[in-house]
Amino acid sequence: MRQINNEEKNLKPPLLEREFEVEGGNFANAGVVSGKVKEVLKSIGFGPEAVRRIAICSYEAEVNIVLYARRGVMKLSVYEDYAVLHIKDEGPGIEDIELAMQEGYSTATPEMRELGFGAGMGLPNIKKNSDIFTIISEPGKGTELRILIRNAREPI
Amino acid sequence: MQFMKLEEIRRILNAEVIAGKDLMDKEIEYACGSDLMSDVLAFAKPGALVLTGLTNVQSVRTAYIVDIKAIVYVRGKQPEEDAIKLAIEKGIPLLSTSLRMFEACGKLYKAGLRGIGEVEEKVAANK
Repeated sequence: MRQINNEEKNLKPPLLEREFEVEGGNFANAGVVSGKVKEVLKSIGFGPEAVRRIAICSYEAEVNIVLYARRGVMKLSVYEDYAVLHIKDEGPGIEDIELAMQEGYSTATPEMRELGFGAGMGLPNIKKNSDIFTIISEPGKGTELRILIRNAREPI
Repeated sequence: MQFMKLEEIRRILNAEVIAGKDLMDKEIEYACGSDLMSDVLAFAKPGALVLTGLTNVQSVRTAYIVDIKAIVYVRGKQPEEDAIKLAIEKGIPLLSTSLRMFEACGKLYKAGLRGIGEVEEKVAANK
């Protein structure tokens, strides 16, 4: 498993930290937290491409909590050159992470698909948009994601 | 690079403007059509126009997250109330056309608007 701690442990405390609660099953609110994450990053002048990538990761992760978990917490930590999203949910966990990371693999119900989600692109898309991505999951307990995105990277 | 003003898109699709009447001079470079917000999140490029049949608030939330410039709802669909509210707040114009997805996309393509995939190919070719 890749670690993202190298950048975090040596350095100064984050410039900004925000924590958000995400309620599982509340389909109407899916994405509200990610909208806030995006606004916070925009307001402190983070680069637009990085803001977009963080917002995409945040949104995918938030939707996963809403669709699958009871609740979750999303923490945004902003440093000078990068930002970290730490997402932890109380949910069913993922049995086979390798399978879940495959594009198109989905366990979504028809109701989830009606929302426009559940195409099996969530986790692969988070990986694609992050510079360092760590996923830990325990069936029956929950899933934890750590996503690091650098402020200056070529657009993907 | 070819740009198309939203006003021109509105005219081609004979669309009704639901939000952002004052934003019709925005320029659109490329478009995509999808009812799946998962796909929009995975493949859309910033500044794109999205044609969709999905009318819930997630259509606008997704647009805001990936910097979509405007949304066209097809088959005469009307976005839900909270979607309109959010679009106004975020400055994302919403249009509705009675054309079906294939016809709406076809008309815009014929008029010169390109797809996201083609723009990517062009960028790759120029590298």
